[in-house]
Amino acid sequence: MELRKSYFADQRRDNLHEVGQPRPRSDSPGHVTGKTAYFADRNFPGMLHLKMVRSPHHHARIRGIDTSEAEKHPGVVKVLTAKDVPHNVYTILILIQIGPEDETVLADGKVRWKGEAVVAVLAETERAAQEAAAKVKVDYEVLPAVFDMEEALKPGAPLVNEYHGQNYYLYDSGECRKVRFGDIEAGFATADHILEQTYSSSPIEHAPTETTGCIVAPEGNDRFTCYTNTQAMFFTLDNASIILQMPGSKLHFVGGTVGGGFGGKVDVIVEPIAILGAKLTGRPVSFIYSREEEMQISSPRAAEKIIIKDGVMNDGRIVARKVTGYTDAGAYSRHSPYGAQKGAAHYPGPYTIPNVWIDTYCVYTNRTPSSAMRGFGVTIGDFALEVQMDKLARLIGMDPLEFRFINTYRDGDMKAHRQPTEGAALIECMQEASRAANWPVAEKFLAMSSYAKGA
Amino acid sequence: MALALQTFSTVKDASAALKSAGTLYLGGGTLVVRATNEGDVSISGFIRSTEPSLSAITVSGGKVRIGASVTMAAIARHPDLALLAPAARAVGGPAIRNMATIGGNLFAPAPYGDFAVALLALDAIVSTGDGDLPVEAFLAGRDNSRAIVTSVGFTLPKDGGLRFLKVSRVKPKGISVLSITAVLEQAPDGTVSSSRIALGCMADRPMRARAAENALLGRKLTRDGIAPALAVVGDGTSPPTDPIASAWYRNEVLPVHFGRLLLG
Amino acid sequence: MAKVPVQFTLNGSEKAEFIDSGTTLLHALRDKIGDTSPKGGCHQGTCGACSIIIDGELRLSCLTLAETCNGADVRTTAGLSEGGGLHPLQRAFLDAFATQCGFCTPGMIMAAKVLLDHTPNPSREEVVEALSGNICRCTGYEPIIQAVLTAARSNSQNVA
Repeated sequence: MELRKSYFADQRRDNLHEVGQPRPRSDSPGHVTGKTAYFADRNFPGMLHLKMVRSPHHHARIRGIDTSEAEKHPGVVKVLTAKDVPHNVYTILILIQIGPEDETVLADGKVRWKGEAVVAVLAETERAAQEAAAKVKVDYEVLPAVFDMEEALKPGAPLVNEYHGQNYYLYDSGECRKVRFGDIEAGFATADHILEQTYSSSPIEHAPTETTGCIVAPEGNDRFTCYTNTQAMFFTLDNASIILQMPGSKLHFVGGTVGGGFGGKVDVIVEPIAILGAKLTGRPVSFIYSREEEMQISSPRAAEKIIIKDGVMNDGRIVARKVTGYTDAGAYSRHSPYGAQKGAAHYPGPYTIPNVWIDTYCVYTNRTPSSAMRGFGVTIGDFALEVQMDKLARLIGMDPLEFRFINTYRDGDMKAHRQPTEGAALIECMQEASRAANWPVAEKFLAMSSYAKGA
Repeated sequence: MALALQTFSTVKDASAALKSAGTLYLGGGTLVVRATNEGDVSISGFIRSTEPSLSAITVSGGKVRIGASVTMAAIARHPDLALLAPAARAVGGPAIRNMATIGGNLFAPAPYGDFAVALLALDAIVSTGDGDLPVEAFLAGRDNSRAIVTSVGFTLPKDGGLRFLKVSRVKPKGISVLSITAVLEQAPDGTVSSSRIALGCMADRPMRARAAENALLGRKLTRDGIAPALAVVGDGTSPPTDPIASAWYRNEVLPVHFGRLLLG
Repeated sequence: MAKVPVQFTLNGSEKAEFIDSGTTLLHALRDKIGDTSPKGGCHQGTCGACSIIIDGELRLSCLTLAETCNGADVRTTAGLSEGGGLHPLQRAFLDAFATQCGFCTPGMIMAAKVLLDHTPNPSREEVVEALSGNICRCTGYEPIIQAVLTAARSNSQNVA
């Protein structure tokens, strides 16, 4: 590996002890010897296994739940339904005042996506839990479902989530997150060309090698130790505290060792119900997703639809950008209102555009709730933006890299959110990319700097 | 009911035990243990037999008999079965090939079961505790079969007489978009004198492409010669739509890959 | 529930346990015997995290019933570094940054070990083929492939 130290030389310090020095990973010795302790590597005598009975329907009213046969099944210790959960309706981001609470730990009266948790069965063995789960009878009245974001936003669409009252997240800014900068219509009026394109993506599953799960052991003093592979330890602890109506001091979370997460393990899904099971039985409880559950049940990256309309001048300047973004939250919010908001912040791209208009919607459908995944809210947006940039360059007959040099923001440029740009480095990245990829650009672009205009 | 494994030294005793409801025969475990791991509670017991003949491969006078417990790895490394090695190596990764058996592959649902596609093109005979059946009839009735497969027999084609192709998106180990086996004989002038073509992932189990077989007879393996066969290779297919590919995609690319197999 | 005896050697040591009939070797190793180096990633034979070596062959412990291993010689990654020092494969994985989350690592090392046991100087293609049943979702495969090639070179130097 080569460090090209000519860039930002005046900001570089080469006398640092750690930065810039190769160091062995502190966890590698454990990994290569098989000694690293993942949550599932704990084993406790008398441990129960939790299996979830899940909705086979995308949208249905629950008329009744009969757990009597399951409870009688040999090896079954406890069967949990919504009434057993102290604070059953929650939402993860309530910790940062982003409500309303809109999701049930165990379904109560209604299911809103195929795979939703309805009944939890705790048994002496995995097998007994599976067998008993098959004996739980749930009487459903199937309701019309909606899977497409634009369909969901139409009047008369089935209402997915009553806690919201409409099929979109209501921000303090209204039905969508908004960015307004300059005069978008004046920008389009001056443009030599206008290009409007629609980009869309499907949900993407993280598919970590280690599936989501936790093991909970009751300690003395009504305290519970939760060994978990969550990527969000304290978010999970605090949400578990709310859901279980237990002081956080009763919860001891052990984790940080995650067998692949990629954002797929930031939701608070397995821990509260497993802790509740341990509390109500007094026994250790293991709740680990099967591979099928990991693929079908755990939150994927949201499906997105992005409509970008750009006004561009023949000299390469983008003078107006209007973006409408839709994020498919699925049936519940989880992290998607935040994801859609990130999209609003991101859609201008790393470009200085004088006139910007952005609306991003967080939409509810009867699909698997989506949530975080590596750069959620921006990754799909980047795909759309950079394809759009290539198309714009082609439209005006300009080299796509040179087109980006013309529009890239530099220190001091005002971004659409009225934050002045600081610490920009894209010019330098593109200069190096131009050399590394042997994609020549005009000398004036190689002479540019992120520091100063006109250089 | 908890799971239980019963092991018998003879196929006869194992067959008797397999009459109990909820039991399945355990070969390499790659299908049935997978099912119980995923929570299939309809399976309550595994039956297996350690009869030595189940693990034997005999090749004599061009006739091959492979015991049902023989693994893909054992077939792939057998010096007399080099013709079948590509099909055996197409199954799973190295660990799966050390476990997955020829008997089990006959039961593998699409998109698995690439080796059974080769067996279908070979017109193999499947021997079970209840007698012998042509592989095509066996595959058709496999869902209700309670007999233990003991061996599979077939006549080895001449060198170069078997062509196998597995199409997958991930390499070297990927699940099939489709697989094709062609067992062809050619006259001295290069025209096809006999053809058996089997397709994988073009239905819920391996199937013969009879229209394409007939369309190849008397034709040379040239672009023009195979054109009629390519036109009808999709006749009668009903491919699954699954995470690997849609039915539409499988039908679209089948003639392309079939053509490459014949011309390659 | 019927308990059945199983007896095999694990990394050279005799092990004997009573287990529930139908228990997979993965569960027997992890829950009964206490060797948690094989990982359960999919329990479907797809990810390879549970890869171990039985009688010299690479197997998936999640699809192997423990009862079928009576008398077998079972090897896991936990047994490679017994006595303190790292096996050349472990050293190479560590040096090459061939681990990130580490969950696939024990299975990868088992698959690589079987390869090097039979093919001490593998080509890159042979390494790729040998690891083809093992999924890594973090580091990408290149550092892992390089680690195996490096271990092969260091092995052959030791022999020479």
